[in-house]
Amino acid sequence: MDLTYTAEEEEFRAHLTEWLARTLPGLPPRPDPLDWPGRRVYDTGWQRRLYDAGYAGLHWPVDAGGRGATPTQHLIFLEETEKAGAPYVGANFVGLLHAGPTIASEGTPEQRARWLPPVLKGEAVWCQGFSEPGAGSDLASLRTRAWRDGDDYVVSGSKVWTSHAEVADWCELLVRTRPVSEAVPKHRGITWLAMPMDAPGVTVRPLRTLAGSTEFAEVFLDEVRVPVSHRVGAENDGWRVTMVTLSHERGAAFVGEVVACRRVLGDLAREARANGRWGDAVLRRRLGRLSAEFTALWRLTQWNVSEAQRSGGVPGAGGSVFKLRYSHARQELYDAAAEVLGAGALDLGHEWTMDRLSSLSYTIAAGTSQIQRNIVAERILGLPKGR
Amino acid sequence: MDFHLTDDQEALRKGTRAILAGRFSPREAMDAPGRLDRDLWRALGDAGFFALALDEAAGGVGLGLPEAVLAFEEAGRALLPGPAVATFLAAGRVPGAAEGTAVVTAVDGVLVPWLAEADTVRGDAAEAVPLRSVDPLTPLHRVPGAGRRASAEAVLLTAAEQLGSAGRTCEMAVKYAREREQFGRPIGAFQAVKHLCAQMLVRTETARAAVYAAALTRDETETAGAKLLADDAATRNAGDCLQVHGGMGFTWEAEVHLHLKRAWVRAELGRTAAEAEETLAEAL
Ligand SMILES: Cc1cc2nc3c(=O)[nH]c(=O)nc-3n(C[C@H](O)[C@H](O)[C@H](O)COP(=O)(O)OP(=O)(O)OC[C@H]3O[C@@H](n4cnc5c(N)ncnc54)[C@H](O)[C@@H]3O)c2cc1C
Repeated sequence: MDLTYTAEEEEFRAHLTEWLARTLPGLPPRPDPLDWPGRRVYDTGWQRRLYDAGYAGLHWPVDAGGRGATPTQHLIFLEETEKAGAPYVGANFVGLLHAGPTIASEGTPEQRARWLPPVLKGEAVWCQGFSEPGAGSDLASLRTRAWRDGDDYVVSGSKVWTSHAEVADWCELLVRTRPVSEAVPKHRGITWLAMPMDAPGVTVRPLRTLAGSTEFAEVFLDEVRVPVSHRVGAENDGWRVTMVTLSHERGAAFVGEVVACRRVLGDLAREARANGRWGDAVLRRRLGRLSAEFTALWRLTQWNVSEAQRSGGVPGAGGSVFKLRYSHARQELYDAAAEVLGAGALDLGHEWTMDRLSSLSYTIAAGTSQIQRNIVAERILGLPKGR
Repeated sequence: MDFHLTDDQEALRKGTRAILAGRFSPREAMDAPGRLDRDLWRALGDAGFFALALDEAAGGVGLGLPEAVLAFEEAGRALLPGPAVATFLAAGRVPGAAEGTAVVTAVDGVLVPWLAEADTVRGDAAEAVPLRSVDPLTPLHRVPGAGRRASAEAVLLTAAEQLGSAGRTCEMAVKYAREREQFGRPIGAFQAVKHLCAQMLVRTETARAAVYAAALTRDETETAGAKLLADDAATRNAGDCLQVHGGMGFTWEAEVHLHLKRAWVRAELGRTAAEAEETLAEAL
């Protein structure tokens, strides 16, 4: 049990914070959240700076163009960039945390050479075309069809809740290549494809979220031709490939956010002391409890990272435990913020009000809390599967 | 950074579990409630339990707070009765404490556990009056006034016991959910039961990270947070474990109520939730 960092890790941290201090003042102003093209330029511009400084794909394997950093170094990177107020991965999220790592572990050498460098350099934005109107939690029941025609797959169907679809160049797409039958269970006929978003037959219709912005979209696919060479993994083996993607999704995705939540909590206490709410013991104690919660979540992150370090970088099932606790804690944090603000919490102009709205998606996106509990109960505790 | 247990720590945990399992059963302790088993106390002393963190020069084992936390996690898991935290902290200061030949208790808040059985009391218990303790395995006295504030180490070790209890009731619930059948299948196949168990694990693992980290940082605020989360995990897990056991969970015979009652007692020891939350808020 040791929470101290090695001299090497501290040196890595020192270089990074020094680079951040030098680089952040030169960043352009942040774009309006509703300006998607502007956000793409901003997010990919940041990625390019990371690339030039040698920080792109830190945790990716070296032979995939990454730096082969340890999980601990990646943790330090996420912690320090957040502390310094650096931009978040934003539009690079799917490329860096889902599609990229999947291609790195499952793609052919040609596929890696083609798709990974543009992600690292901030030249390509990816989106995730998994969910469908009829397939959310039950992802394996997806119905978007693909059939072979010469060297192409022809794809028809529709996807939904596709984040960043408006500005993406590529989509990691799950399609059905073999119909479900008595002999073929639903997760045995799925294939993972890389689809160019500018291919003829792709229509993106932005969806407005409850926060008012268009964070995600519907994607309609009408006989879209995708070359067979764009398939990652074997035909009908896409479910296994998908599981690789999802384990990465639940791995390190929230480290920076936990750091940010701890900062917000400090800001809440300051605000409450300033506006007189601090005299309310119920509120004060609520904030005290949240402080314990987020400190523990940070420690749980270090615990999970230590586990990943021991197992050679594979994110464990601990990710589900973390996501369950974190997504609820985050919602409680912004409910407490609303208590601190009082009527001010009804003002959309307040950052915490917007964050309160967006935090509502945390118990839904990337596997709902109910699905995470199924995972914890069945895969960690070994309880029987059931409906 | 490697937050996980070293091989030695893993061995210590296993060893402590084996000693406790070999020497003690809550069911037997229930036959003589209110009496402390001195043989057990001495056996723990012989095994080095109370001298774990005492310097080797003073005849101790020379380990640190993280190891003590692992040992007390096992004590909590096993429902070990007796003022183990106070005796442990008295090792090297009160003769016989390290060896388990003396039983040492302490005034903790307004409570004094095991007063009648103790050889030494830390703090002023002159005006203590007995309670009819809710926990059959923890006799309690109460002192008038504001009481005595427990040390940060006492708080953390109590939190470690809570953690052990939380882990144990989670295991008990899972085991029962796999065995007990209703409607032609194990009750653990029902999602309502499954999700209770999942939340129990989430509480345990979050409390574990908090308690272990506080043992390493020895930070007062972090310790208060660890106690808060461990109390929450122990009391709520015991409640959920009871629910999973159905009518069996409501019996005197099942072990569940002992975990719940002890968790209630420990929640009042060290730091109460209100005290911990105020400490945490103060530091924000
Ligand atoms: C902000 C946001 C961004 C997203 N981005 C993307 C993206 O980029 N790409 C993508 O592919 N998807 C994305 N999603 C989709 C997300 O993965 C799904 O919303 C999620 O998996 C749930 O599916 P669903 O919405 O169809 O809900 P449903 O599956 O219909 O669930 C509805 C309710 O039923 C419950 N439920 C369902 N099945 C069970 C069960 N077996 N046991 C118990 N309860 C159950 C759920 O927990 C939920 O409460 C995003 C979602 C959000 C909110």
